[in-house]
Amino acid sequence: MAKLSTIRVPVERITMARKVTIALVGNPNSGKSTVFNRLTGLRQKTANFPGVTVEKRIGKLTLDGVVMDLVDLPGTYSLSANSADEQIAVDVLLGRVAGTPAPNVILAVIDATRLYQGLYLLQQLAELGRPMVIALTMTDAAIRKNIRVDTAALSRRLGNIPACTIVATTGSGMTRLRELVGQAVSNHSAQARSFWPELRHAAETLRGELEDTALSLVEIERALIDADSNAIQMLQDSLGDLAGQRISVLRQTLCGDQPPLAVEARQRYEWIRQTLPIVQTQSSVTARWGSKLGSWLNQPYPATALFLVVMATVFQAVFAWATPAMDLINTGTSAFGAWLEAGLPPGMFTSLLVDGVIAGVGSVIIFLPQIIILFLFIIVMEDTGYLARAAFLVDRAMRSVGLSGQSVIPLLSGFACAVPAIMATRVIPNRRDRIATIIAAPFMTCSARLPVYALLIAAFVPSRSLGFMNLQGLVMFGLYMLGIVGGVGTALLLKRSALRGPTPTFILALPDFHLPNLRTVLMKLLDRARIFLRRAGTVIFTVAVVVWALAYFPRSDLIETERLNAQTQAAATYDGDALEQAAAQIDNEAAAAHLSQSWLGRAGQAVEPLFVPLGWDWRISAAVIAGFPAREVVVAVLGTIYAVGAAADEASLADRLRAATWPDGQLVFTLPMVLGLLVFYAWCLQCAATIAVIKRETNGWGWPLFAWSYMTGLGYLGALLVFQIGSA
Amino acid sequence: MTLADLKKGDRVRIEAIHTAEASVQRLMIMGFVEGAELTFVGASLGGDPLEFLLHGSAVSLRQADARNFEVGSGPFDG
Repeated sequence: MAKLSTIRVPVERITMARKVTIALVGNPNSGKSTVFNRLTGLRQKTANFPGVTVEKRIGKLTLDGVVMDLVDLPGTYSLSANSADEQIAVDVLLGRVAGTPAPNVILAVIDATRLYQGLYLLQQLAELGRPMVIALTMTDAAIRKNIRVDTAALSRRLGNIPACTIVATTGSGMTRLRELVGQAVSNHSAQARSFWPELRHAAETLRGELEDTALSLVEIERALIDADSNAIQMLQDSLGDLAGQRISVLRQTLCGDQPPLAVEARQRYEWIRQTLPIVQTQSSVTARWGSKLGSWLNQPYPATALFLVVMATVFQAVFAWATPAMDLINTGTSAFGAWLEAGLPPGMFTSLLVDGVIAGVGSVIIFLPQIIILFLFIIVMEDTGYLARAAFLVDRAMRSVGLSGQSVIPLLSGFACAVPAIMATRVIPNRRDRIATIIAAPFMTCSARLPVYALLIAAFVPSRSLGFMNLQGLVMFGLYMLGIVGGVGTALLLKRSALRGPTPTFILALPDFHLPNLRTVLMKLLDRARIFLRRAGTVIFTVAVVVWALAYFPRSDLIETERLNAQTQAAATYDGDALEQAAAQIDNEAAAAHLSQSWLGRAGQAVEPLFVPLGWDWRISAAVIAGFPAREVVVAVLGTIYAVGAAADEASLADRLRAATWPDGQLVFTLPMVLGLLVFYAWCLQCAATIAVIKRETNGWGWPLFAWSYMTGLGYLGALLVFQIGSA
Repeated sequence: MTLADLKKGDRVRIEAIHTAEASVQRLMIMGFVEGAELTFVGASLGGDPLEFLLHGSAVSLRQADARNFEVGSGPFDG
């Protein structure tokens, strides 16, 4: 055995202890994700930046045997942030985010066909003075548009920042890019650059007046230009009341009466106008739309037709194409549960495993095919540039309800799951619009509502043909519309009251249509599936176990004794099939008796008076309560409550629902009651994960509590109205 | 004449900007500055928002913002 004292830590490991961080930054749609995927491969993970739900994608990059962190920052046009996403990009670059060190190297990804706008960000990044590398993407598209970029001239013009061209889709140029990044990592010297010397001079003057110099020159410059820069607060901490006065004096000198941002833009585009002819041959003023198809589809009417076709295809795909895979998962989990139940001794542990864990988690995993298909469409639409086009198309319609076209992407995602939908609202710059969209998103019919709809519709709505549609399909369609009406109506109400404000703007770069990159699409899809499965493995797992425990405890010895007695008696009376049937019947009755005196059953009975006006008995009330953390468990809970054995399938659950009666013999599930229950499910917010994400996204408990009470109240009222009017 | 008054296919140069609004300053960051030349590609369904082509980039904005940009028409060289 080796002695401990002989183990020595290599010298390089000590010097490399501080990990190298490389920040990937660029304009939106510049191909940043593709470069990120090329550099890191599968060694990437998605987390959140502390305090905000801006996704933080980190990958591992190995250069000359050294592993480094590559952080993919949200796309931005400048260091003047305009949304939560952009703010994070700026804060990381300035080294102001806890847990993310200031980047050692900046890797700027710039679209070669949009150098005009890219040079704005490049100037600002170069002024940070950190080691930096420029990767020019879309060079294949640039060649088609007759644009040639002289990387050497670009590099010189920006103060000797190494630049190279890449075609991220084929990987050409990536070796050179790695080399340049490797060289930048070993280059520790900061280099002062400024493309607006007057601004730099003003910042230096102000820094001379500060006692502590925690603020960098660029941060002081942002304080001078941006109205709501974080650096202004830090200046006030350091200079006190003098700060405001000094800022306004320096602003006056620099900008006169003009807004500082406007002056900065004029200043930087003046430099860009001089720079473009030096670094780029043949301006692309007339070249556009690689294909005539693109420009035809850009006309309002063809665009509308395409939009409708795309939406119809997405829905068809989510419902029809996912079915075989969902059936397979359903059969698989049921078979696995049955196999476990047969192999394990009966008792608490088996029940926990089969009824709690497998039934609970299985009822969520079943949505994986739908989620994958929906995200596949959304990712492809995003990657081809179609989503921006769709937003442009529907902007006018969305404005009539007080939102902008940018809300369309989150609302569409809401049809898969409200959690990613709410996270997708980060692209909306205006906080009021963002909150209105966040509150509207959970109304969209997410895939977790589907099993409830499917079960109740199949059991209670007759399958009658109405021309080209089926009555069942029509009810399903109506429920989707109900969700849309609820969400849009809510957004409208909010925008007319609590979130009243000026009409939002719609400033959006419309990327050219291009073919999706298979690699990027698959990586993003994998990421989405991973996030969903992690949720199923944690949140839903916990909920499933808790609901199981509430439905299992307390255990009554009396019921158990009676069950055993009845079984003994049955064994003495019957034999063969009749005995088996009687035994199953006794077990089911015992399970129902256990449930009715369990905590969940008692809770259902306690709240029953509240739900009687809706036509619900204590069993439905209990199932609805159990569904509050995650609505998808309700089918499983109904299954348990209506005492269906583990081997029974949904068809028999439907039969049992149809047979359920009140103590006086009347049917519980009448058509008005079922329709009311469906309305309740369409509007009620039964999802702990959604509430948690609203809380994180709005930074407080106010909005999530509002969303929960409002949606629950609306669902209750809707169900009450439908039942009372229907039964009258 | 402003950016909101153009016909499809018009090519114009920005001559003056009312810079007070934040959305206008945002457009300036994206290159809508005095001297910039651009083409009006067309309007969306219902006549708004508008799409402009500026140095090869398509950018959309609403009429309300477009009114803040005074423009002159060509001919321009290049």
